[in-house]
Amino acid sequence: MKENREHTGPIIQVKDLVKKFGSFTAVDHISFEVNKGEIFGFLGANGAGKTTAIRMLCGLLEPTSGALRVAGFDGYRQREAIKRNIGYMSQKFSLYEDLTVYENFRLYAGIYGIPRKERIRKTDELLEKLKLEESRNKLVGGLPLGWKQKLAFSLALFHQPAVVFLDEPSGGVDPLTRRTFWDLIYEVAHQGVTIFVTTHYMDEAEYCDRVAIMSEGKIVALDTPAALKDQYKAESMDGVFLKIARNKE
Amino acid sequence: MIKVGNLEKSYGDQKALKGISLEVEKGELFGLIGPDGAGKTTLMRILVTLLLPDKGTATMDGLDVVADFRKIRTMVGYMPGKFSLYADLTVEENLKFFATVFGGTVEANYHLIKDIYGQIEPFKNRPAGKLSGGMKQKLALSCALIHAPKVLILDEPTTGVDAVSRKEFWEMLNNLRLLGITIMVSTPYMDEAKLCDRVALFQNGKILSVDSPKNIISGYRSKLFGVKVGTTAQRFECVGLLKQIEGVDSVFSFGESIHVSSGKASVNDKILMEYLNSHGHQGILVEQISAGIEDVFMELMRNEGK
Repeated sequence: MKENREHTGPIIQVKDLVKKFGSFTAVDHISFEVNKGEIFGFLGANGAGKTTAIRMLCGLLEPTSGALRVAGFDGYRQREAIKRNIGYMSQKFSLYEDLTVYENFRLYAGIYGIPRKERIRKTDELLEKLKLEESRNKLVGGLPLGWKQKLAFSLALFHQPAVVFLDEPSGGVDPLTRRTFWDLIYEVAHQGVTIFVTTHYMDEAEYCDRVAIMSEGKIVALDTPAALKDQYKAESMDGVFLKIARNKE
Repeated sequence: MIKVGNLEKSYGDQKALKGISLEVEKGELFGLIGPDGAGKTTLMRILVTLLLPDKGTATMDGLDVVADFRKIRTMVGYMPGKFSLYADLTVEENLKFFATVFGGTVEANYHLIKDIYGQIEPFKNRPAGKLSGGMKQKLALSCALIHAPKVLILDEPTTGVDAVSRKEFWEMLNNLRLLGITIMVSTPYMDEAKLCDRVALFQNGKILSVDSPKNIISGYRSKLFGVKVGTTAQRFECVGLLKQIEGVDSVFSFGESIHVSSGKASVNDKILMEYLNSHGHQGILVEQISAGIEDVFMELMRNEGK
């Protein structure tokens, strides 16, 4: 059912990971693993160390100490290989609004060195799947937000990464569009792509298999949403987050 | 306090408001709930006299938003969606500026902002641009309140802030309502609807429904089932299976559960459960549940589309 990829075992392995900026410890000994095809939520208030952790996972920042492997590559010595094997989508910054849909595909394919023939074939395939053929030569800026999200997600997957990082993937859209977007995320995860979601909207966290919550550089909770709600006696992830924030005070 | 009748506004050939009517009572906490691009900001900007409507009427406390715009500006406090204070003025300077623009002083209305401004007062000499998201929001609200407005118009004040700040912000709004201030607040987050006295559900420049959150929810017509499934992979397969069942109207993921709606008597929890079991999915929990605001919103959207 699930397609096989070369790499086996956890796709992301983090052990005692630390990042210091001068005397400030932004990430303080965090450890976790994310499995193939898993949808993993990464939460935390502003300033909790989330962004620093993700920058290391994406190969953009070298750790101070600890072990880090993403898609089988080392977080110190193989950061370029990590970058080539992950995808990234942010609702705000993924697409070039003043390029057409087709031009955005060309740009991404070019960045990842995808051969011309393959690019043309895959672009047609994806436009058909997303029902965006008619908008092929339209500027991305004029598309509805829901279409932009789907397009940005497809572009992040264009080079067939093992892991895709999503930053607040479904904020701001109507509930129907939001559901069709999560259906798409589920479909991709089901094909074996690992999905790493960062958000500070707790209802997005409810869609994940497991969720880690960061606070002051540390992971203070990590489990399935159901187990966390149980543990903190909360009805929603919002309640879990509020209780964790209060315990800190 | 606020009366809107058949309001229309277009940007070029893009219709932002397609004939909106609503009324907000004095002292009400009124929510505009809807996704980005629904027309919430356009309506608010017309009310605070920053945009002219194409057609229709809007009044605040009996004053017309077009003819009496000067009077309206003194009686309304507006907090735009984008942070619009002076980033290079300090916290205290911003507050003073907004008080004096309206010909008043900070001291005269300090009682209105005491609880809110008190939290950021320790940082009063910090430039506003260097505040955290939650603090910026508190300063913006203080600045919108310092001339003692009768009406507060708040455009997505909780977008982009964390869960803790969001909760605090709603508590502040509740306290302001107790002071008798009429508040209109917009949000794309459906779960915030329940914190308002009444809400208007907005979509595509139209209002789908205006009522109290309780009445909106009780207006849900179909039977609704919650299906709890363990992993996301299993959930994905179950969504596909549930859609195949005869008499099922809609199947949507809701975080950890799947919501299944049906108008048919033949569909019940037992049938859903048995169907999933027979396709190899065990350990599933199915129960009939009551609808939330998102379920209603989607039902209304579907009816609108028909």
